[in-house]
Amino acid sequence: MYLKVITALTLLGFPAASVSSASAPPRELRWAGDPEGGAPFVQANPADPTRLTGFDVEIASLLARGLGRIPQFVFVQFTSIDQSVERDDADIGLSGIEDTPTRRAVMCPTIPYYEFREVLTVRDSDVARLRTLADFAGRRVATLAGTIAYEILLRAEGRYGIQAVSYEDDVHPYEDLRLGRVDGVLLDNVLAERRRREMSGITVQPGTVAVGHYVGILASRNGALREAMNESLRAAMRDGSLERILRKWGVWNDDQPRLYARLLAGKPVPPISGVDGVIGVATLTRWQATRRYLPSLIRAAGVTLLLSCLSMALAVCLGVLIASGRVYGTALVRLTLTGYVELMRGTPILLQLFVIYYGLAAAIRLPAFAAALTGLALNYAAYESEIYRSALEAVPVGQLEAARTLGLSERQVLTLVRGPQAFRLALAPMTNDFVALLKDSSLVSVLTVMELTKQTQVFATNLGSWVIPGLLCAAIYLAMSLPLAGAARRLERQWKAPTL
Amino acid sequence: MEGADTVSAPVLEVRDVHVCRGARRILNGVSFVVSKGGLVALMGPSGSGKTTMLRAIAALERFDEGLIIVDGLMLEGGRAIHGELLRQLRRRVGLVFQFHHLFEHLSALKNITLAPIHAHGTAVDDAATRALELLRSLGIEQRAHALPRELSGGEAQRVAIARALAVEPPILMMDEPTASLDPARRTELGELLRRLATGDRAILVSTHDEEFAREFATDILRLDDLQGQ
Repeated sequence: MYLKVITALTLLGFPAASVSSASAPPRELRWAGDPEGGAPFVQANPADPTRLTGFDVEIASLLARGLGRIPQFVFVQFTSIDQSVERDDADIGLSGIEDTPTRRAVMCPTIPYYEFREVLTVRDSDVARLRTLADFAGRRVATLAGTIAYEILLRAEGRYGIQAVSYEDDVHPYEDLRLGRVDGVLLDNVLAERRRREMSGITVQPGTVAVGHYVGILASRNGALREAMNESLRAAMRDGSLERILRKWGVWNDDQPRLYARLLAGKPVPPISGVDGVIGVATLTRWQATRRYLPSLIRAAGVTLLLSCLSMALAVCLGVLIASGRVYGTALVRLTLTGYVELMRGTPILLQLFVIYYGLAAAIRLPAFAAALTGLALNYAAYESEIYRSALEAVPVGQLEAARTLGLSERQVLTLVRGPQAFRLALAPMTNDFVALLKDSSLVSVLTVMELTKQTQVFATNLGSWVIPGLLCAAIYLAMSLPLAGAARRLERQWKAPTL
Repeated sequence: MEGADTVSAPVLEVRDVHVCRGARRILNGVSFVVSKGGLVALMGPSGSGKTTMLRAIAALERFDEGLIIVDGLMLEGGRAIHGELLRQLRRRVGLVFQFHHLFEHLSALKNITLAPIHAHGTAVDDAATRALELLRSLGIEQRAHALPRELSGGEAQRVAIARALAVEPPILMMDEPTASLDPARRTELGELLRRLATGDRAILVSTHDEEFAREFATDILRLDDLQGQ
């Protein structure tokens, strides 16, 4: 949190104000990273959370020293580092960032400073039967969004019939592996070995699925700065500085001397090797890239629509019950339901989703879609119930008294007179809520549900631009929400006609 | 009581009814009788408690003391009315509110058939047939499928009367029925009520319209005269 405050101030320009008045070259090297990923890359120092540690922190210092500057950290979420660097929030991104064909095409990556292997991690009980991707046919394999591993898994979906599951961080894939929500995790050996040391019951398979590299990432316009940094990295490879840093963090292995020898000899190093056809979309034309991603965007839109419709249906049913309880219930029922409504409205929906999916996992192990559906429905039920309660209370007392004098029971008054009239009053705000839910459903990507916004983010990351994916995503959302609004208007008009 | 020259079996008896709201005494020992076949006007100035009296008879308001007997069904002051007693009362008393309170989401026909079908178990077709008969007798059969907001004030009032009569209560009460009617419509209403107040049915109308009461009522009860008797 402290780091985020520092970063926010940094982005707002507070530290920059002290140096921006001078025309001299910048004295600071702003480097972007995500401490959420943790050690050994970047993490808050356990002894002093206001300071950062990790091998990327030390490499940032090494690069800054080479340029005669002072390193200054900028917090950026892992999946947004490229875009953040491109828009000049930072000079370089360093956080276990992978070298990819896309990054080479649209940005300025440094030479690699570390070679990693993509490896599979499985539960101990599956070690003998789940050795390669081909063994995972019909099974779920998790990884981190926006990584080479995710691209590999997407290819394997078509080739082996596996199901790729993407996460926002590298901790929950392994937790879900242990819980049985996924059957394997494909990530680089640095992350896999770290989790294996921290968790029991999981094994890292010895086979290598692919070989990749960590690089620093700079904006496409910063070619000169990149060359200066490359010189610093080569010098650190020659004098052993890099080796010392990597040994200190326990990630040095025999792959690194071979990598450094190739780089110092001026030999080309491909971004990825060991897997056929794993390329980004940046080498394609934008039209080709769009055509390639469109089916997955439409599939994700289907998930969004299905999730939103089911969640809303459930929220409406629960909302009606809650509203009825608050209007007709005993004091205890009213108090309990009021507490529920305030709890759901007063806490972030993201927190509720995390609690339902991860917090309750020990007691109820809901699948991701079911957890997302439950979370959205429970949250929106609170808002719906308030709409229905106010609509019920807005029905004139005279209508209720007229119904009672005719001999209708209180239940019949509710279902035949008060409810139908209240529902007409609630229709417009309900429609608003449905459109809001359609958009809020993007939050469930944190539970590994691949909905439209998440799929767009993957598209944008691989394309290296948000323009086409963003416009396409907006168009699909509009294509879903505008007919909904139109249908609601038609329904309102229809309900104004006589009931024969 | 003026003009109470026709003696018939009482369908409504109010005995020494008191209604208080906080320190305010609204009805102070009101007593009167309404007999079958009568068209009775309950008169008094605005705020004298006419509407409260009707609401107490319909069990929409609590009364603190006294007794109300509706077609043999006894309601005691200060006691909650619910369950079977309330159900039986609803079958005996029809009430047409001053502002009608037709159900806004239902057509005129469905307003009338709602209670017979759902509260009294009448078959849908039978209820619809009876509703159309009522609308025909009230001269507005052609408005059966109109929504309340599409009806004129007079038409809405007739639909409200038909709705109250659909369960065939022995007593029909109307609250200030002439309040928003022009003279021609008022006369039409008076003649209609005369036709309806026959046989086993009585009509009790709260009004401050002296002319209407003198012209059409069989009995006129002045609320001020009924207190404390």
